[in-house]
Amino acid sequence: MTARIGVVTFPGSLDDRDARRAVARAGATPVQLWHDDASLHGVDAVVLPGGFSYGDYLRCGAIARFAPVMGEIIGAVGSGLPVLGICNGFQILCEAHLLPGALTRNVARRFISRDIRIRIETVTSAWTCGYEAGQEITVVLKSGEGAYAADAATLAELEARGQILCRYAGSNPNGSAGDIAGVVSSTGTVAGLMPHPEHAIDALTGPSADGLPFFTSVLRALAPA
Amino acid sequence: MPSFVVNVMLKPEIHDPQGDAIASACHRLGFPQVASVRQGKRFVIEVSEPASEQRIAELAAELLANPVIEEFSVHPA
Repeated sequence: MTARIGVVTFPGSLDDRDARRAVARAGATPVQLWHDDASLHGVDAVVLPGGFSYGDYLRCGAIARFAPVMGEIIGAVGSGLPVLGICNGFQILCEAHLLPGALTRNVARRFISRDIRIRIETVTSAWTCGYEAGQEITVVLKSGEGAYAADAATLAELEARGQILCRYAGSNPNGSAGDIAGVVSSTGTVAGLMPHPEHAIDALTGPSADGLPFFTSVLRALAPA
Repeated sequence: MPSFVVNVMLKPEIHDPQGDAIASACHRLGFPQVASVRQGKRFVIEVSEPASEQRIAELAAELLANPVIEEFSVHPA
């Protein structure tokens, strides 16, 4: 039986379709979840996609955090549900306090939409266990508020505990603290990053297929040992 | 109806690119003496029954501000 991976659509989500396509390409069954769902419909993992949920009102991800489906997700995370937040999904996970830190406006004040290199720093997480430690991949970054911020103590703790999921390789595009592009929970199950692995699963439509292992990794993590 | 004002500002250590952009616009407009600008948010909240400042502060900490990057103050309006 193939794993069922839910992809949440909030009002204003943009990349839910690509996320479902990436899930299918990885060999799992994508399941559409609606922001107003009071059930996760038995999915084995969840992807929170990119976009501008609720028009980015108040702060990016601040309103989405209170969606009924988020209540279900926050409850299930405690039982080990793997969750991946991409771009706006990462912002939502930070606003929901499922991941530490926050995303702030790009230091250069411009929306960035381009291919970038990131280095996978942690390969013990549910979403990156298919990569080699230190592997550099090419994915798309497209965000206006992608500068990761956290206080010095949190940054030191993330570093010490191996919770930095990935970093920008080469120049820092948006002013993120410590060149951080993504972080992961101490449990290794909840991960978030600003760049878009779901746009990089096929060289025909993306810069590479380097992002696909995010979606195959979780299948490996879900497989019974 | 009684109301409260909640002011939200980025913490001093958090970079404010919008404030920087406004400061440069001030200079272009002929206000060279503007040394820096920080942009914040002001919420005016009407309550239909009495509420304590403490209760409104709980709301601010939970929703109106993100304590990771922002600080806030609550005042009766």
